[in-house]
Amino acid sequence: MEDPAAKVKALLLKSSSESQLSLYDHLVQVLMKVIDEETHNAVDVFEDLSHHVKQCSLEERQSVLKDFPQPTPAELLAEQQRLLFVCTDDADQEEDLVEMALPNVSELRFFLEQAGVGLGREEMQRICLALKQLVDSEALLCCRLWGKILGTRSSYIVAEAECREGLEEEEQSAESTLEQEERHDDTKEKHVNEKDPLPQTNFKPPPVVPKEAIGTGANKFVYYVCNEPGLPWAKLPLVSPAQITAARHIRKFFTGRLDTPIVSYPPFPGNETNYLRAQIARISAGTQASPQGFYQMVEEEGDEEDEVLRDSYEVNPDFEGIPTAEMSESLSTWVHHVQHILQQGRCTWVNLATKAGDDSNEEEGDEREEAENEPEPEVGPSLLTPVSQDAEMFNSPPWSTKLSSRLTPQHAVAVLHSNLWPGAVTYACGKKFDNIYMGWGLKYVGEGHSPALPPLPQKEFPSGPEISEAVDPSVEEEQALEEALEEQEAA
Amino acid sequence: MDANTLYCSLELVAGSGHTLNSEQRAALQTSLVILRKNYKFKRVLFWGKIMGLKEDYFIAQGRGEDELKDRTSLYSFNCIDWLQLPPATDALINHVTTAAKGRFIGDPSFVYDHDPQQRPGTEKQAEEVMAAKVTEEMRLAVTVHLIDEEVSVVPRGAFVKRPHGLVQLNPSFSGLSESEAIKLDNYLHFSEPKNLKKKSILELGELNPAIDFLDVLSDDIPKGSWSLQLECAGRVCVLRSLLWLGLTFYHVPMTQQHGYIYMGYGNKNLDLPFML
Repeated sequence: MEDPAAKVKALLLKSSSESQLSLYDHLVQVLMKVIDEETHNAVDVFEDLSHHVKQCSLEERQSVLKDFPQPTPAELLAEQQRLLFVCTDDADQEEDLVEMALPNVSELRFFLEQAGVGLGREEMQRICLALKQLVDSEALLCCRLWGKILGTRSSYIVAEAECREGLEEEEQSAESTLEQEERHDDTKEKHVNEKDPLPQTNFKPPPVVPKEAIGTGANKFVYYVCNEPGLPWAKLPLVSPAQITAARHIRKFFTGRLDTPIVSYPPFPGNETNYLRAQIARISAGTQASPQGFYQMVEEEGDEEDEVLRDSYEVNPDFEGIPTAEMSESLSTWVHHVQHILQQGRCTWVNLATKAGDDSNEEEGDEREEAENEPEPEVGPSLLTPVSQDAEMFNSPPWSTKLSSRLTPQHAVAVLHSNLWPGAVTYACGKKFDNIYMGWGLKYVGEGHSPALPPLPQKEFPSGPEISEAVDPSVEEEQALEEALEEQEAA
Repeated sequence: MDANTLYCSLELVAGSGHTLNSEQRAALQTSLVILRKNYKFKRVLFWGKIMGLKEDYFIAQGRGEDELKDRTSLYSFNCIDWLQLPPATDALINHVTTAAKGRFIGDPSFVYDHDPQQRPGTEKQAEEVMAAKVTEEMRLAVTVHLIDEEVSVVPRGAFVKRPHGLVQLNPSFSGLSESEAIKLDNYLHFSEPKNLKKKSILELGELNPAIDFLDVLSDDIPKGSWSLQLECAGRVCVLRSLLWLGLTFYHVPMTQQHGYIYMGYGNKNLDLPFML
């Protein structure tokens, strides 16, 4: 007589023809797992446990044949970022310089966190090291974390730096040679076409508004961007007034790749590099504010240089700081310290009419005409104007002020948010203040952006007998005409 | 994001630029525990912050037995005293979307003025009068509801639909793998599905009804309304909605950690088609 239990056990021990496993062994393994790991509510997740046990047994066998692992993006980035943590020994000689140039990012993080803005502790530390790398490699005199612009595929970390004097000349000479080359090309083309001249149009393109030189106006600072701290910094080119005016009419997301073309209407002159630079210029001009009295105008002799005076300021050594309670209530304690960008796309107005006259000496008549209707110079608000004088747009005030803490206002910092450029924040605490921008690089436009419409199609040439097509006469008609003519001659 | 893991979650979504200061974090850690006890929630989430011109609204959300349907939203100014938001009905959504525009002010009793002269008619008059009295609290309720409806995100497999129809956290969810995490197909909308019924039988055949009971993000229109990036030294998968700027979702691959937070101005980005 066979034992029924032994019979059942034999059934369970029967190994499967496919996986060579027996249910008995499998149950033992699952139960061992439950006992070992003391799984909570094991009966509810029994199928998952069973699945997991089977998966594990499979993984062990596969270990002999493994794919060659492709480096993941995280590993590649870690290799790049490792360089940030390498200590350089030759820093001793330039210690003073570096200390001056490198911003105190930890302090910035501390204050910004109170304002409810920040990128996370580790990220800020990495940015700090990346800025150090930038300062060391480019030998910058002064550098500041400008902010972060989010993009659809990756983001930009933006550093603002003061340019060195030498750099300026280099770039300008490079640019002028480029322009000369272009002119050479033009003249060559003219020579080729001389034999069979095409009709010349009498259309003259409107004069191009000249760029501002490095160190003035919208090009006062140079900007460096990188996608992730540790990746190489890229220097942004100078901004031209045409780019600023075009950027005002379009609304595009940044992608995170500098060479992306900007497909928009009206067309934008340049690619994402130029668009980024234009938006940075607009944001800086619109949102950088400081406590009143922190900066003062440079006092120089000579009233003739009014225009030059307007864009220079210096740190006021006697600034005592404004109480934070007052700063968080009144907008008039905050002033702009970056020049307003005019409608023309420049900070200082340039008279295009006279410029055009200088270039073309042949047409004196034109010059006179232009002199008659000389355009009104555009004048923006002067530097260090309180932000309370900013115009209200889209039914909402342009600025909001807040105090960082409700419970301990005596140690709080005053925070200024821009409502026109969501993401632009300024904090002030005692004698310290800083501006930062973290956002999508887009201006608030109220109720929806309405893109510019294309111009109306040009009118067709008025149709008349001289341009309308006539039907060719048929052979019979020609013959009839010939006969008629012959008859006339005969008669 | 779950209130229990708030501290580390906030660090992971900080790449968007917004965070909470230490006073608010500390206050939340205290008040959300009390909130959960008083309202008898199963789970409490810190939902986000809507920034107004004068004050910011902090939003918390309580979840009941069914994670998808039993949701209660509450708001606060100081992260301590929480007030419940009215439920967003279809009628309320219609009133609010016609009346309220522009930025939030930061005053729940603020009344949005609306021109009732636009559509003269006896039937519509009653509606218009209702619409004329839209308070900011109503608008807040609608905005929170719409954001949840349109852009709340969960990774595939994090929630299961039980045989009785209850939607609950999946205890055996162990995270997406690194290769899965960089594909938009593996993220789902955490709201009642709309596209699922339109799928063909062939497509439905591949789906697991216990897990794939929600809409996939990659079906969203327009294409490209999400930005998927790896952040925090490439270890965290971060999704940002371009439709509701300010919504950030994070997921650490191979772990259970995931969540979303909204830190923005409460305005839908209607210009999206022009901006891509």
